[in-house]
Amino acid sequence: MLKALLASALLLAVTGAVLAAEPNAARKAELLYRLKHDCGSCHGMTLKGGLGPALLPASIKEHSNEFLIDVIRDGVVGTPMPPWGFELSQDETAWLVKKLRQGVSHEN
Amino acid sequence: MKIKLVLVCALLLSACVTQQGSLRGTGDLGVIIERAAGSIKVIETTDRTSLYGLKGLGDLSHASTVFSRDGRYAYIFGRDGGLSKIDLLERKIVKRVMQSGNSIGGAISQDGKLIAVSNYKPGGVKVFNSTTLELVADIPATEIGDGKRSKVVGLVDAPGQKFIFSLYDSGEIWLADFAKGNKPVIKKFKDIGTLPYDGLVTPDGRYYIAGLFGEDGLSLLDLWQTDKGVKRILDGYGRGKRKLPVYKMPHLEGWASVGDQLFLPAVGHHEVLVVERDSWKKIDAIPVHGQPIFAVARPDGRQIWVNFAHPRNNVVQVIDVPSRKIIKTLTPGKAVLHLEFTPRGEQVWLSVRDEDRVEVYDTRTFKRLATIKADKPSGIFLTARANRTGL
Repeated sequence: MLKALLASALLLAVTGAVLAAEPNAARKAELLYRLKHDCGSCHGMTLKGGLGPALLPASIKEHSNEFLIDVIRDGVVGTPMPPWGFELSQDETAWLVKKLRQGVSHEN
Repeated sequence: MKIKLVLVCALLLSACVTQQGSLRGTGDLGVIIERAAGSIKVIETTDRTSLYGLKGLGDLSHASTVFSRDGRYAYIFGRDGGLSKIDLLERKIVKRVMQSGNSIGGAISQDGKLIAVSNYKPGGVKVFNSTTLELVADIPATEIGDGKRSKVVGLVDAPGQKFIFSLYDSGEIWLADFAKGNKPVIKKFKDIGTLPYDGLVTPDGRYYIAGLFGEDGLSLLDLWQTDKGVKRILDGYGRGKRKLPVYKMPHLEGWASVGDQLFLPAVGHHEVLVVERDSWKKIDAIPVHGQPIFAVARPDGRQIWVNFAHPRNNVVQVIDVPSRKIIKTLTPGKAVLHLEFTPRGEQVWLSVRDEDRVEVYDTRTFKRLATIKADKPSGIFLTARANRTGL
């Protein structure tokens, strides 16, 4: 019984991680808009960097998802990077990181 | 024969005038940056209309503009390193160069002959002939390892044919003196503080002030006595203990200077600070709606208009200078990024980025005078800047 419970908990944890709820279409559009215009005010509208570092796929490939999500949600003390967790959920941030890794088109 | 000659002359004359069919000055013109589309709108403030648009200016996020001293040409500094020279009367791009990979604004020299651009990548300043946009001087910033050079911020002009700027990564202020020709004499001030992120020169051209992100306080250079070096002022200025995160860096250029007082955006506090010039002591703090970005004085000094950082950026507040009270709160729309007064202060122009419009208000009645459509407008720059030090 305990084993079964553990197994299902594990299963849940695994699927939960894989199937992190993606934001809906309207929210996705808003997140990409924010990325371009608000993140873009320091990282460049095309994410090639500015006062803050570039956020292109090649520039972030050395960093883990966890690290990037933490940086976005909690900010970096001692630098101008502020914490965005007050308006970005874990799932939304994970989705943004996924988009950053894929490379964001500048057409939107 | 005589009639023919007259006709030819008339034709020749008409070819010389602008597309509007009449001669005009440029004193009431201005440029609105459309940051995402890489375009600008050229506007006039007499009838408050948009005259025309120009495209093909590259990445204009955080772009800024300076004007030739005759007010005819606008120089646009793009984020992607593009430097474009616009003929406001002929309505065209006269010249465009890609001068670096990543840049952050520029300045025009006291005599109008040099255009300087501050660059993030490669870090440094490049100086161009304002007529031809040919490179005149290249000033690489201090190396910070890995072959990289410090980013350069807060570039302004100053009297005596000088440019002054701050080095973000290496914590320096440099003064480049072009008085003796195109090989500048560079004076370097080191250890001026951690992470200077922007700078301004007071309207009289005497003081250069750099904001520090890495620590509290500001760095001040008295350009009348540069041998005294850089002094730390306003040690309590900055985020301090109760610090709030900063979702957009306050701009220093807009700092309002009224008589012997400066009104400046606090960093990490929802306040506009009042500082006494010369003693550089804080004498008051005015609570406002959010993290202020620009605090700009109406040209007569009677009012200060303030806009705010994300997510409280739909609001603009007006401070009455004598009473230091907020006398008006306006909600022009989502993401008010910038504001610019007409030279005598009867109008203020506000860019409302997320709603694709620029609003013009009467500064006495606070009534809206006009709405101009623009694509994701950011900076608004009027030609009156041509005649002001530091702008």
